[in-house]
Amino acid sequence: MTKPAIQETSDSIIDLKEMTDARVSLGRFGAGLPTRAAQAFLLDHARAREAVWSMVDRKDLAERLSRLGFESVSVESRAQDRSIYVRRPDLGRQLSDASQERLKTLAGTAGTPDIAIIVADGLSSSAVDMNAVRLIEELGARFGAKGLKIGPIVLAEQARVALGDPAAEALGARLSIVLVGERPGLSAADSLGAYITYAPKSGTPDSKRNCVSNIRDGGLSIGEAADTIADLVTDIFKVAISGVALKDALVQLEG
Amino acid sequence: MPALPHPGFVLKPKPSSTGIAPAMSYATTIEQTVFRFDDLKDLMAKATPERSGDQLAGIAAEGPVERLAAQMALANLPLKAFLAEELIPSEEDEVSQLIADRHDPKAFSAISSMTVGDFREWLLKPETGQRQLEAVTYGLTPEMVAAVSKIMRLQDLISVAAKREVVTRFRNTIGITGRLSTRNQPNHPTDDSRGIAASAIDGLLMGSGDAVIGVNPATDSTADYIRIVSLLDELRERLAIPTQTCCLGHVTTAIKAIEAGAPVDLVFQSVAGSQKANAGFGVDLAVLREAYDAGRSLKRGMPGANVMYFETGQGAALSADAHFGVDQQTMEVRAYAVAREFDPLLVNTVVGFIGPEYLFNGKQIIRAGLEDHFCGKLLGLPMGVDVCYTNHADADQEDMDTLLTLLCAANVNFVITVPGADDIMLNYQSLSHHDAVYCRETLGRPPAPEFEEWLRQVGLTNVNGALTGAPAALADYISSSNLIGA
Repeated sequence: MTKPAIQETSDSIIDLKEMTDARVSLGRFGAGLPTRAAQAFLLDHARAREAVWSMVDRKDLAERLSRLGFESVSVESRAQDRSIYVRRPDLGRQLSDASQERLKTLAGTAGTPDIAIIVADGLSSSAVDMNAVRLIEELGARFGAKGLKIGPIVLAEQARVALGDPAAEALGARLSIVLVGERPGLSAADSLGAYITYAPKSGTPDSKRNCVSNIRDGGLSIGEAADTIADLVTDIFKVAISGVALKDALVQLEG
Repeated sequence: MPALPHPGFVLKPKPSSTGIAPAMSYATTIEQTVFRFDDLKDLMAKATPERSGDQLAGIAAEGPVERLAAQMALANLPLKAFLAEELIPSEEDEVSQLIADRHDPKAFSAISSMTVGDFREWLLKPETGQRQLEAVTYGLTPEMVAAVSKIMRLQDLISVAAKREVVTRFRNTIGITGRLSTRNQPNHPTDDSRGIAASAIDGLLMGSGDAVIGVNPATDSTADYIRIVSLLDELRERLAIPTQTCCLGHVTTAIKAIEAGAPVDLVFQSVAGSQKANAGFGVDLAVLREAYDAGRSLKRGMPGANVMYFETGQGAALSADAHFGVDQQTMEVRAYAVAREFDPLLVNTVVGFIGPEYLFNGKQIIRAGLEDHFCGKLLGLPMGVDVCYTNHADADQEDMDTLLTLLCAANVNFVITVPGADDIMLNYQSLSHHDAVYCRETLGRPPAPEFEEWLRQVGLTNVNGALTGAPAALADYISSSNLIGA
């Protein structure tokens, strides 16, 4: 690689790269980026696009969960493919009729869980592939210790956060945790978000959810995320409220 | 040609529940097929060039023939019709009320007898120049401007906007024809002071930041707001840069910071085209007025300086369920009525930020960016564009190259640049500081004259305005600043 014709920083000044993860001090040739920097950007964008447009391998997820002792069930939203999904957030929030039936039948046989865990592909299949099973394993250990019953893990395709509401409602769960692939950035395409909702049902506003985001290696680690989520769940069950009102409710309880 | 277009495109007139036809319905006939539109907002929505947000809202034309029928009906509509029929009633919406209050019949008189189609032709003809366009500014309502943009192709939007110069001032002069300013956007995921400074300096070394050095804060506290404006102010003052700084926090935070004596150059707010959508942003006209007065009271710019900075974007109203069945482009232009009430220094549409459910791909983003710029300029706004996209939109940096080049042809006031086109706080792609160099050196667009002079004095550019290396003054600042050494 040739040396940039223009060095934006000389050796005498502090390296800007040590101060931020932003793409500073890239160098330039005229207005162009050095070839290596230009292609590094393209690679990151390609990874982010792939995270959005590829599908979660739900068979593999189910097998991995099964080895850990978790049952699972697959559901789909009303968005039939990715192209519809990105255009129609409303459809990604609703269960298909067949999925609705599947969950109802399952609920009739399995008994009522305390917690429903829904894995939604959201906008990053990579986030789900890399982080969801590990996080569920950690959560399972924490909830098991507290005697909380987890329902079958719901593996949802073309699904947004709010799809967790009808899914958890169909299972009769008292609380839902939606693990969703977050919109990928260039620097991280594999961030998982966790949205916790008390008494989930269709039409629940986002203000009634608590969120833990940026769950990934290099962000909030799986272990830390599981601790944070388990603490939130304990608090939420204590006051029977989730979302923006949680903090005040806890203060009142203690006061 | 068949006598009838595809039957899928034929609209049946809806029977009115009272049995009486609505007072205002619109129709056009194409080869014996009558296309009817329920009311003015239905006509506007169906005439809008295709975009995913209007489809999501369920108000878009069903296909290209119906869309064209609507555009034909719109072209035949007198501009006066927009004064007779409000899209959102003033009784229920303070933005509509503001639009009605500010309409100047005298300024309108020059174009009052025109249809939307005539108006397009008037805008395009060479006899209509800066003087004529400036004269009609307050005779135009956002709805008239949105309407004419719907029947204009990209080249029309560019050629008319290029004739409409809007100049604003704070410590420098922005918007002079043939120049291009840039917002240097040194965002950081945790608002780390060193990280912000490093990113700002990276941009300055590439000659970016004459519109503003402006941070979108990740945090929401007044203390962080004050810390951010203070560190930006120190950077600006120490290097004697003829520019202005801004923390893009909420107006109410800015008001508190001003009361606490913070060095606030520009007061920022996101705004939208209805009272309900603005309520979603936590603002109304009264609090914007309060913020405007607070910003002006500091007198930090030159006498009479513009102190406000607004951001907008198509889809904002729909995403807040505050669009009242009006198409997203018209709602966007209504936001400009809010912005122009407060003599802003800068206004930009964050055009591709909102995502593919509103603007699906590069083509839709490019068209929307040029529409927003054109409509803002016609209404007298110092219009800039955040040329940008998200990773779930079907767009890439090449679409941004196209939009940037077209916007320069249209004489855009400013664009936003970040290190390597990657905003690590907001997780989207804007332009790189490198793209500003492209505009200077290939498209021949120098920055604001005061800033251009500073670049030369400090040694960042040579006598020809070409960037050189990192000059001593900046190196000294970086190595000696307490902030950065901290």
